[in-house]
Amino acid sequence: MSLSLLRRLPRAVRVPRPARVTARWSSSLSQRPGSDRVQFPGAVNSKFTTDMAFMKPSDMPYIPTYRVMDSDGVLVGKDKERPVNVSDEEILTWYRNMLSVSVMDGIMFEAQRQGRLSFYMVSAGEEGISVGSAAALTPDDTVFAQYREAGVFQQRGFTLKDFMSQLFANKNDSGKGRNMPVHYGSNYPRNHTISSPLATQIPQASGAAYALKLQALQNPNIPRRIVACYFGEGAASEGDFHAGLNIAATRSCPVVFICRNNGYAISTPTLEQYRGDGIASRGLGYGIDTIRVDGNDIFAVYEATREARRIALEDGGKPVLVEAMSYRVSHHSTSDDSFAYRARVEVEDWKRRDNPIIRLRKWLENQGLWNEDLERDTRSQMRKAVLQEFGAAEREKKPPIRVAFEDVYEEVTEEAQAQMKELRRILETYPEEYDVRQYEDGVNSL
Amino acid sequence: MIPRSPLQRLLRNPPCRRYSAAPTPSSRLNLPIDYKSTPLLHHTASSVPRAYGLPESTTSKSLNLYQAINSALRTALSTSDKVLLFGEDVAFGGVFRCSMDLQTEFGSERVFNTPLTEQGIVGFAIGAAAEGMKPIAEIQFADYVFPAFDQIVNEAAKFRYREGGTGGNAGGMVVRMPCGAVGHGALYHTQSPEALFAHVPGVQVVMPRSPAQAKGLLLSSIFQHNNPVIFMEPKILYRAAVEHVPNEYYTIPLSKAEVLKPGNNVTVISYGQPLYLCSAAITAIEKSMPGVSIELIDLRTIYPWDRPTVLESVKKTGRAIVVHESMINYGVGAEVAATIQDGAFLRLEAPVKRVAGWSTHTGLQYEKFIMPDVARIYDAIKQTLEY
Repeated sequence: MSLSLLRRLPRAVRVPRPARVTARWSSSLSQRPGSDRVQFPGAVNSKFTTDMAFMKPSDMPYIPTYRVMDSDGVLVGKDKERPVNVSDEEILTWYRNMLSVSVMDGIMFEAQRQGRLSFYMVSAGEEGISVGSAAALTPDDTVFAQYREAGVFQQRGFTLKDFMSQLFANKNDSGKGRNMPVHYGSNYPRNHTISSPLATQIPQASGAAYALKLQALQNPNIPRRIVACYFGEGAASEGDFHAGLNIAATRSCPVVFICRNNGYAISTPTLEQYRGDGIASRGLGYGIDTIRVDGNDIFAVYEATREARRIALEDGGKPVLVEAMSYRVSHHSTSDDSFAYRARVEVEDWKRRDNPIIRLRKWLENQGLWNEDLERDTRSQMRKAVLQEFGAAEREKKPPIRVAFEDVYEEVTEEAQAQMKELRRILETYPEEYDVRQYEDGVNSL
Repeated sequence: MIPRSPLQRLLRNPPCRRYSAAPTPSSRLNLPIDYKSTPLLHHTASSVPRAYGLPESTTSKSLNLYQAINSALRTALSTSDKVLLFGEDVAFGGVFRCSMDLQTEFGSERVFNTPLTEQGIVGFAIGAAAEGMKPIAEIQFADYVFPAFDQIVNEAAKFRYREGGTGGNAGGMVVRMPCGAVGHGALYHTQSPEALFAHVPGVQVVMPRSPAQAKGLLLSSIFQHNNPVIFMEPKILYRAAVEHVPNEYYTIPLSKAEVLKPGNNVTVISYGQPLYLCSAAITAIEKSMPGVSIELIDLRTIYPWDRPTVLESVKKTGRAIVVHESMINYGVGAEVAATIQDGAFLRLEAPVKRVAGWSTHTGLQYEKFIMPDVARIYDAIKQTLEY
């Protein structure tokens, strides 16, 4: 519409001027005559050029991958005597935690195959990312995870009983038997319960981090906290990823985004997922401090996350992006047979080539902190412990049926109360049609 | 690796699905649906041609639902070069195998993987449709369609209305998605959001009950109607429901319900998988109450829906029950019941009943108490008859 046409419109139709201009507009300087750079509000420091050159991603150097030790468990950093500023005992704890997740994965995958639980997801190959990053968090930090981070829960104190109660959705499950297996959650340390939809947790993590930032401003006596947010490279294609990073940057939120780039989103390889330099390159686009690390190197993951946490709390808070690289040696889930879309030899090759557990084990053995006997005994104890909790959790009662109706709202609605009453009438009218004995209090909870 | 002995000791029972909602030994109503004998499926080839208005020489093949969808997609891709098929993991055949071998047959230009972005997938389909193609977009689970809600509600549905005289529209598109409960899908692999889409004028919402219905309705959605279609596939039927499906191209009109079984005393209206539960409940009630006969109607298209067929039936029977999986609150049942009381009030002998999911989420351990089952439908028919 031309300006003259606009002038002919009646006055009342004209869009009113905003009463106040935005802070950014008002703070930007107007273009000075003779200036060599742009001072538009959207590009505040861009030099003028007469060279019409399109920037090509292929001309840019690839973002490097940070590592501390190589795949033989040998430290590669210059003047590295200690891999990280952490005691041997703690490193052994990390190792045991990775091993425990791996042992649990093996048993639960097999158990699912035998029909003992409906679903399971292993995190084979990615234990180093979850355990190493969680080790750099404090118990007061908040975590939003995706679904392949059992190691985060393990490192943050989740017990085998907690895992098994969730997996069997029994009355001890903090999710009250409502969620699919591997959708863990805990109140403290705060790990928000896993939600299946991808990437939804990313903007939530930004908002949560903003809340922590404001709470720290309002009460300087509480410990400084960050939010750690986990997701895969596939989830990073969702709109929520872009929304979450951008809003975190604009509101300077103390959040560390940890992307597990494992090469596959179910069957879709990264080549069909994106064409840029991984997920890390996007962090820079949003003005976010970014690092790529070797996800099979637990020392690198730990160090990068610890530093990311420090940066996130700098200058009142800001987001950081960590892209951790590790091949998904497992199937996506028990519902997936990945050999339908990738060669078995490719997987076997990766398994042989590198693995976060074997890599740390090599380092520990070189230090004389670990050996074959310890390995065998530890694995055997872990298996026994998993199987014991497995059996106990499977025998445990399910939560009361009334739980189906609770927590939709803070209070059970009048409508839901009527539905509970109707359900009870059905269960009592047709008792032969329903087995309610496994549920705590049977029909009486309704 | 895994310790065979202790694990096997613990897991010594033969493979069993302990987590599943198995019937109790005394169950008489809530038995697993026997898809091999249900009257809702064509178990032999002979009844197929007449059912779909095809010549007697028509050949058919016994297919399950995912194979029938695959057959419909193959038929569509070979019928028109305008047809495209894409979505997450579509290239290797899809997580439910509906697109198996189609990339190999039709090439990666027309059958391809997308990045993991539902809003991107649906927006992409709208754009392709607006430029004259016939995109078939797959959303991996209906539970994951919500990032695309904006594209569906504000764009696909309003495209033709907004463009007006330009004639622009997104009518060529179909968005397919598996939906519904399977027994262990919990919050995010169970939902059936047809009512949310049926609230939006401008999109057609379709849910087939069987393999042969799915092929005819899907081909109709792609070729016979120039409107955006939300095509919801009850995923529990992908493998379970098997019937004879015509090999050739055929269509089933949208917005046309089907009377599956005539009756005089109650009209039961449903769609998708619960039709099998309704059929079982009707068999039980007709056995226990001799002389009673129940009419069963499959809506097939949820919106715009076939009001005349439903009203005509209820005017005859005087009693109606609507059955669906998704939540009762503001659901399809509410719309159907309101239409019936408006259009057949003086013929009603009893209030219109709704048997549907309760107004809650589908918590893993509670699904069998939340979803309609044969006993609840049986009870509703009995109560309606005895009102």
